[in-house]
Amino acid sequence: MSEENPHVKAREFSVLYRDRPAVKKVTLSIVRGAVTAIIGPSGCGKSTLLRAVNRMNDLIPGCRTEGELLLDGENIYAPGIDVVALRRRIGMVFQKPNPFPKSIFDNVAYGPRLHGRLTRQELAERVEQSLRRAALWEEVSDRLHTNALGLSGGQQQRLCIARALAVEPEMLLMDEPTSALDPRATTRIEDLIAELRGSYTILIVTHNMQQAARVSDYTAFLYEGDLIEFGPTRDLFTRPREKQTEDYLTGRFG
Amino acid sequence: MPVHWERAVESLKRQILSLGGRVEESLRLAVHAFLHRDADASRRLIEGDTELDLREVEIEEECLKLLALYHPVAGDMRFVVAILKLNNDLERIGDLAVNIAELTLEWDRTSGAYSAELARMAEQVQSLLKKALDALVHRNAILAHEVRQADDVIDDFQRRAEERLHEAVREGRADRVETLVAEWNAAHQLERVADHATNIAEDVIYLVEGRIVRHHPEPR
Repeated sequence: MSEENPHVKAREFSVLYRDRPAVKKVTLSIVRGAVTAIIGPSGCGKSTLLRAVNRMNDLIPGCRTEGELLLDGENIYAPGIDVVALRRRIGMVFQKPNPFPKSIFDNVAYGPRLHGRLTRQELAERVEQSLRRAALWEEVSDRLHTNALGLSGGQQQRLCIARALAVEPEMLLMDEPTSALDPRATTRIEDLIAELRGSYTILIVTHNMQQAARVSDYTAFLYEGDLIEFGPTRDLFTRPREKQTEDYLTGRFG
Repeated sequence: MPVHWERAVESLKRQILSLGGRVEESLRLAVHAFLHRDADASRRLIEGDTELDLREVEIEEECLKLLALYHPVAGDMRFVVAILKLNNDLERIGDLAVNIAELTLEWDRTSGAYSAELARMAEQVQSLLKKALDALVHRNAILAHEVRQADDVIDDFQRRAEERLHEAVREGRADRVETLVAEWNAAHQLERVADHATNIAEDVIYLVEGRIVRHHPEPR
C-alpha cells in the first residue's frame, strides 16, 4: 500500500445535480489495496462520491461532473471511456443484498458468462474461488443450484460480494453494505473486508462510525459536499485536526 | 449520545476533581504534621487513606463503563483515557502522603528543627500539584507544560537535602544526623509527588493536544 501511487485520485472533483453541487471540489487520493471509508451525515454527498467512481450517476438526469476523477491516472469522465469496461474493473455492493432470482451458482457465474469466454470447467472454478473469497463457500457448496433467495440476508450480501469478485475487479465500492444486516452478519462482512484488503482497493460508505473505525485504513469526512478531513483512520478517530470532524465523531452534530 | 454523555462526563469530572481536592488536602496535612511532628494528625491521615483508595476504584469503574457503553472517539476518548490514567496518579500521591505521615511517626523521637528549605520544597510541590489539577479543570496545556518544566527544580531540592545530610555526617554533627535523615526521606517522598504531578500534566497535554509527550523533555 503506497500513498505515492494512488489507485483513484480526485482532483477538484465536483458532482452537480442540475447545478446544485452534491460534491464540491474534492481532492483526495485513494491508496491501492487499502480500505477507505467515507463518513458524514445523511445528504453530505458520500454516496454520490462513491457512485461517481464507476459512473453510476450517469443515469441520473441533470447530473454532471467537474474536475477530474482519475483511475490509475486516467480520467474516468474523459470522452471515449468504455463505461462497461470501467465497471468490470470496479465492482459494487449495495446497501440491500440484491441477488438475482436464480441459483447461487448462476448468480456468481452471471458476470463471467456475460463478459467471458470461460469453459464450463473454468467457470465452475471461478464460481468456487469467488465464493471462497467471499467466505461463503463452506455454507453453500452443497446447494449451489438452489435459489439464492433462500439464503439469509447476511449470506445474500456475501453472495453479492462473490458475484462482484467473479469478474475479477481491482476495486470494490460498498455503499452501506451492512446497514440491512444483523450484528452477527455485520461482523462476518467486516471480517471479509479485512480479508479482501490488500487484494482489492475498497471504498466503503458507512453510517456506522465504529464500523469505519474498525475496517478502514483511511477515512474521509464529508459535510455538505465538502471534504472536511481526510487521513489515516487512526489519526482521525483519536485526534481529528478539524473541529467539525471532532463534533461529528463525538455526536455533537449531524 | 450528547445529552447522556455530557451528563456522564460531568459526573466523572466532579468525581475526579473531588478526589483531586482530597488528595491535595491529604498532602497538605501530611506535610504540616511532618514539619510539626504531629503524630495524632498523621495517624488520622493514614486511616483516611482507605477512602481515597475506594474512590479511585469507583472512578476507574466509571471510566471503564463509559468506554464500554459509549465507545467514545476523538476528544471524548482522550478525556476518558486521561482520567483513567491520572486517577491512578492521584491515588499514588495519596499513598505518598501516607508515607510522609509514617515518616512522622517513625522519626518522632527527633527534635531538631527541619530546615526552611524542606518547607519551601513542600510548598512548591503542592503548588505543582495544584497547577496540574488546574490545568485539568481548564483543559489548559500551557499550565501543564509549566508543570513539566518545574520538575528539575524539585530534583534540585532533593539533592540539596541529601547534601545537607552528608555535610552533617562529615562535620560529625551527630545531633543533626537523625533529623536530616528524616528530612531527606521526606524530600524523597515529595519528589515522587512531583513526578506524579508531572504525569498528570502529561495526561492533560494528551487530553488537550492529542500528543503523548512522556519521555520527551520540554523544550526550553
